[in-house]
Amino acid sequence: METVLSKRIIPCLDVREGKTTKGIKFKNNVDIGDPVEMARFYYKAGADELVFYDITASYEKRDIMIDVVRRVAETIFIPFSVGGGIRNVNDMRKVLLAGAEKISVNSAAVKNPEIISKGAEAFGSQCIVLGMDVKHVKKSEKIPSGYEIVINGGRIYTGIDAMKWAIQAEKLGAGEICLNSIDADGMQNGYELKLTSLVSENVNIPVIASGGAGRPEHLCDVLTKGKADAALIASMVHYGTYTISEIKSYLDSCGVKVRKTW
Amino acid sequence: MIAIIDYNAGNLTSVARAVSHIGFQCIVTNNIELIGMAERIIFPGVGAAGSAMESIKRLCLDKAIKHAFATGKPMLGICLGTQIIMGHSKENDTSCLGIINGCVRAFPSDIKSRDENRLKIPHMGWNSIKSKKQHPVLSGVRENDEFYFVHGFYPDPADKEHVIATTDYGISFASIIGFDNIIATQFHPEKSGKQGITLLKNFCMWKPC
Repeated sequence: METVLSKRIIPCLDVREGKTTKGIKFKNNVDIGDPVEMARFYYKAGADELVFYDITASYEKRDIMIDVVRRVAETIFIPFSVGGGIRNVNDMRKVLLAGAEKISVNSAAVKNPEIISKGAEAFGSQCIVLGMDVKHVKKSEKIPSGYEIVINGGRIYTGIDAMKWAIQAEKLGAGEICLNSIDADGMQNGYELKLTSLVSENVNIPVIASGGAGRPEHLCDVLTKGKADAALIASMVHYGTYTISEIKSYLDSCGVKVRKTW
Repeated sequence: MIAIIDYNAGNLTSVARAVSHIGFQCIVTNNIELIGMAERIIFPGVGAAGSAMESIKRLCLDKAIKHAFATGKPMLGICLGTQIIMGHSKENDTSCLGIINGCVRAFPSDIKSRDENRLKIPHMGWNSIKSKKQHPVLSGVRENDEFYFVHGFYPDPADKEHVIATTDYGISFASIIGFDNIIATQFHPEKSGKQGITLLKNFCMWKPC
């Protein structure tokens, strides 16, 4: 009897003012297309879920994203989450009503952890993803895990221990954690395995590994040794280096359970 | 017209979008008259059984749903909707609609995989189904096709004849149940890609005998 879930492969699309970009270390973003078309492409290519990050700077232009979410929801029939700039329950409601399955909160939750419990209460834990941006630091009394939560694309250190934050977020009602290593992000040298397994082993909610995917082997590592439940991918598929099907075939050959028919 | 029953249990627009996508007219409603006029009923929902049943009673939807079933309309339950049609739910110790006899149970907190790894709850993600009997709504769905699940509770029909398919997650549980003119899935067909769309389309054309 097969008793485990398929590991999810999740393309991540950064969206700025209604267009997708791919940021390398959050700098020098280059426009690479229309988010709705990319969503359709990945849906048909076998993605198990999609993640959209709205990196629109100006608050006034954020309604553009709501329209993107609505059009994506009419086009694809797999779960997708939306993050970026969500500051309160009202922002969450707008995104969910437009058709997203989940919302991801990151710096807003660091500044105001209550947003997690309020969101979970209003829409259910399954809707609330905690996005964590993490940097490796020296172990200290304050940061015993040696991993610190950072915000503003890694520019601000918060003094919060990543592992403690993950555990607290689960208690507050987060349904899932999207764990992004700022050190590994954009390098395509593999995920931060130690960080991922540390967090995954200490919470009872699914962990999506993010940052560092460059080759199918990296996904295999993070889904086995890293104990992640899902893996976020960006550049390795956005630029056509690999297809989702190739990645899944490789994972299947390594004994990682993936969804094979779509 | 297909009525998608709205009882304040989560966002039902995704179900409506999927039904419209395959070319069928639907309406998200809690209006008893409209439900009475509908040709078929979809009963979705996410959330907790306790508050869901409260809303259902407050909106007098319990009678409307039971009446729709009794009059032979094709009915599809999804996720929480599938649990609410059972007799009783352990979630908030809730007395439910009782269209299918049996109980809704929580996954044991210490479930493990075959290789003794701890399994996370809720059961969230893609998993396959094993069909226990043929059903027109499952036409075109193949063995090993996967569907998207998000739940911490599962239906356990008293009569095993009401189990149409099962799924394994530490334990084996009923992931599709039904009899006569009702079929209900624990997973979300509207979020399960092409296979889910196939199932929804089959339902929209299903003529229970």
